[in-house]
Amino acid sequence: MKITVNVWRQKNADAKGEMVGYHLDDVSEDMSFLEMLDVLNEQLTLAGEEPVAFDHDCREGICGSCGVVINGIAHGPEVTTTCQLHMRSFKDGDVIDIEPWRAGAFPIVKDLVVDRGAFDRIIQAGGYISVNTGSAPEANNLPVPKEDADHAFAAATCIGCGACVAACPNGSAMLFTAAKVTHLGLLPQGQPERESRVASMVAQHDAEGFGSCTNIGECTAACPKGIPLDVISRLNRDLLGALAAGQA
Amino acid sequence: MAVSGLIMLGYLLVHMYGNLKFFEGKEFFDSYLEGLENIFYPYLPHGGALWILRVVLLVSLVAHVYCAVTLWRRNKVAAGYTGGKRYHSKQNRTGIQRSYASFTMRWGGVILLLFIIGHLAQMLPNWLAPGGASDSKYERVVNGFEIWWVVLLYTIGLVAVGFHLWHGFWSALTTLGQNRSSTRKDSVITIASWVLSVVIAGGFLIVPFAVFFFGAGS
Repeated sequence: MKITVNVWRQKNADAKGEMVGYHLDDVSEDMSFLEMLDVLNEQLTLAGEEPVAFDHDCREGICGSCGVVINGIAHGPEVTTTCQLHMRSFKDGDVIDIEPWRAGAFPIVKDLVVDRGAFDRIIQAGGYISVNTGSAPEANNLPVPKEDADHAFAAATCIGCGACVAACPNGSAMLFTAAKVTHLGLLPQGQPERESRVASMVAQHDAEGFGSCTNIGECTAACPKGIPLDVISRLNRDLLGALAAGQA
Repeated sequence: MAVSGLIMLGYLLVHMYGNLKFFEGKEFFDSYLEGLENIFYPYLPHGGALWILRVVLLVSLVAHVYCAVTLWRRNKVAAGYTGGKRYHSKQNRTGIQRSYASFTMRWGGVILLLFIIGHLAQMLPNWLAPGGASDSKYERVVNGFEIWWVVLLYTIGLVAVGFHLWHGFWSALTTLGQNRSSTRKDSVITIASWVLSVVIAGGFLIVPFAVFFFGAGS
């Protein structure tokens, strides 16, 4: 199939970027989206031009490295990561717009690559258990209700790709932060630090310059892992608890 | 935002219920409005309860607007706009699933603020009196709502109220930690917000429509 791609080209963090159009004449519908970009880069390299920089690693949909905004939607038209999106989701003759995540807290490094270090710093602010929990305990020692285990597991599937921030009209990272708060807050090992965790993670989230949640719900619709929206309400509930306990 | 919004929502419900007493006729409606001055009399002075209510509502409104402006400015920076645009693609401008109400909250709020100012100027004293001033509030209501553009402005204002509540009630309860549904649309609170916005906008519109279309009160 023949397609046209409009790609955001930006030399470095300080340069002014622009959308540049390229034509691709022989794209297989079985290619993944990233393989299509590989073909584009081969074409550019042979023509002596600078290839398009984009982040990617496992290409199996589990690492969270890849992620671009395709036709205005984070990770494109399917609910999956960019690497697991295939060209069969597009039609012959389509014009595809490819842009980097846009957020004040995700500065552009080059072309489609953004610096997502802000996510690491939110996790460093409290997204962990301080004590060494040792090896897996005897399962019947610490009973966890099935429903809580399921919820915690669903929240723990977050791969930190940043699609929630890119999709949020406010540039908020609440879904990401709330997923970790929910994951640890529902399990017994997370209880001692439950209040201080939510307070310091939200403080770090704000300090990084992410926006505020206005409960629009684009994040959960764009999330390739389907992190449920109620994690944000759970975070708010924990935050109110932390406020009452004087921790926030 | 959530708390101040819910306080104003509570007032709206009472206000809407009170408006429906219009249909009891001129004498009843005017004496009902007189009676409001005497709530909790003699424990509070004449008009005391109303003044407490006015102060609470004004504080809520100021807090609500202050939060909204602060969030608006902060989120604009956080969303990474460059040269007035976020994403250059002209496709999927309205996102994946966000409701019309959710992305008209801010400008809808500005419309509401203008509507509230105009509404107070018309109904409280005789400052603005389209259709003719009168000491009877019942007559002022009838005089005003016999004019087509007054009814049109009220319809715009109340539809804006409906949209604002449709997203606002859901959002307030979510902020207070009460949402337990995994998606935006299958939530109990979402359905409650729909019902609430239709009941409030519809309930308020009954009086102007009855006056304009069916000649009630004349």
